[in-house]
Amino acid sequence: MSVEHHVKLPEGSIEKTTTTLNLGPTHPATHGVFQNILELDGERIVSAEQTVGYIHRAFEKLAERRPLYQITTLTDRLNYCSSPINNMGWHLTCERLLGVKTPKRVDYLRVIIMELSRISDHLICNSVVGVDSGAFTGFLYVMQYRELIYEIYEEVCGSRLTTNMGRIGGFERNFTNAVWEKLDKFLDEYPKVLKEFENLFTRNRIFMERTIGAGPISGERALNYGFTGPNLRAAGVDYDVRVHTPYSSYEDFQFEIPVGTTGDCYDRFLVRNGEMWQSLSIIGQAYRKIKDMKGAESEIYHADAPSYYLPPKEDVYTKMEALIWHFKIVMGETDIPPGEVYQSVEGGNGEVGYYLISDGGRTPYRLHFRRPCFIYYQAYSELTKGAMLSDAIIVMSSLNLIAGEMDA
Amino acid sequence: MALTNETIKERLIAKFGEQLTNFEEPYGLLTFEAPKESNLKVLQYLFDDEELRFQFLTDLTAVHYPNKPGRELAVVYHLHNLMDNIRLRFKVFTASAQPDIFTATQLYSSANWMERETYDFFGINFVGHPNLKRILNVDEMDYFPLRKEYPLEDQTRIDKDDAMFGRGPLPAAAQQGPSESPMSPNQPELPTSGAPVQ
Repeated sequence: MSVEHHVKLPEGSIEKTTTTLNLGPTHPATHGVFQNILELDGERIVSAEQTVGYIHRAFEKLAERRPLYQITTLTDRLNYCSSPINNMGWHLTCERLLGVKTPKRVDYLRVIIMELSRISDHLICNSVVGVDSGAFTGFLYVMQYRELIYEIYEEVCGSRLTTNMGRIGGFERNFTNAVWEKLDKFLDEYPKVLKEFENLFTRNRIFMERTIGAGPISGERALNYGFTGPNLRAAGVDYDVRVHTPYSSYEDFQFEIPVGTTGDCYDRFLVRNGEMWQSLSIIGQAYRKIKDMKGAESEIYHADAPSYYLPPKEDVYTKMEALIWHFKIVMGETDIPPGEVYQSVEGGNGEVGYYLISDGGRTPYRLHFRRPCFIYYQAYSELTKGAMLSDAIIVMSSLNLIAGEMDA
Repeated sequence: MALTNETIKERLIAKFGEQLTNFEEPYGLLTFEAPKESNLKVLQYLFDDEELRFQFLTDLTAVHYPNKPGRELAVVYHLHNLMDNIRLRFKVFTASAQPDIFTATQLYSSANWMERETYDFFGINFVGHPNLKRILNVDEMDYFPLRKEYPLEDQTRIDKDDAMFGRGPLPAAAQQGPSESPMSPNQPELPTSGAPVQ
């Protein structure tokens, strides 16, 4: 990078000048690869400037040469704390463009997975806020339930972090009994743990002192800065993509949108905790809806989309037609109809949008990802101006900045 | 009364008349095009009008169409009216020889980084932007990588041609190197050592 990013040594007396501090790109408190150049007057922040792009991987350019399925792996690496939401969002985008209609059971299975990933995203964020304010216990305590969520992913799709889950039209296989057992275990045990986690923090004097009033933002400014997700709701605006533009049958579920008032770190913490309770309730509802299904409907796990959904393996080995489709899909040889579509989902950090333009080729003509993190990180200077250095670190973790999502 | 695509279209045409063209509704999303010199007027009207109230900038990006001479670059705004919960998309086309577009940063603070990203990848010069410099790529880069003339693959390889991906090779006009490619006014001309493989 350029020369002015180096630390400026103060001229003359130290007390009378400001100090420049490089927070990042590899600072333990940044939880990701990005840099903040802070100008400090003692411990007060005079100004902050951000540098991003350290792990930029040119996903939008790569996507222009990849068939639809190969793009799913790129979406994993955006917000890697909740990759299944990104995968599902991408598949919903493709389905919208291709006009594939998914059965209700697929929608509900997706809802279960998406809400599990929301929980895993929020619990990491909230427990890291705890770590950065000096409370390590909560982090270790909830971590084993993220592990359980990852085991569920593993049963569904075979991988844990970068999941590459699902297909256009549904899932690659039906949920096995192991998935439902693990889900039962999670739904049984996690509420108690979350309650205990809240007991540790919510009315904890030290935690409250550290987070109340740290990095506040008004609803109006938050909207102007393009905030979405829990960070916007903490500022008192009840915008949630799941309610405003329902996808994957979210309109079938009853849930509340927790909102805050001041938009500070404490409110963001409370909103994320509230959302975890709502997610648990949504998972419970989806679970019951699926268990209530009867007959053929209760076994469906994908839509009928032969040009995009891989045929079953036994057919590929025995039937010519299936073998041809298998190769066409794997080699990406099916043309995508021309069109222009914007589809968004409520990710862990807010509205994750996919703007896809197809010119009728086999790969997108242009694909743009709306990454909520990238858009709201620019408010960081305003959030931390005049705050203490230690507040700046809590603000950073409570915004849930994910370098992968920021840099695409 | 909730806003519909028709009422938005009527109000816009009543205000701007013939200036706005190409009204479409792909997948239900109202899409239209405005001349590049009036992009800010349209945005301001959409923001201020008491019925339209498109006060949330969801997304801002660009698209490169090398086959459309004089309108190679499209800047695309996705706006959202959160009160009536309706979205729209609006586009501004510009020539890549002079890619000047007025900035939206006065209206939306969120446009700051989104415009920097668009500049970084497409070289759109946002006139009036407070800090228009590269954001994701290195400062030393001297080309705009998401433009179509920069191929992703090594072009000397013959086993990977575009026909494999369902479209033919690019026309000659789009295959110019970075030395002939038009630079935006505030981009210093650097030695073209980092020229892409042709």
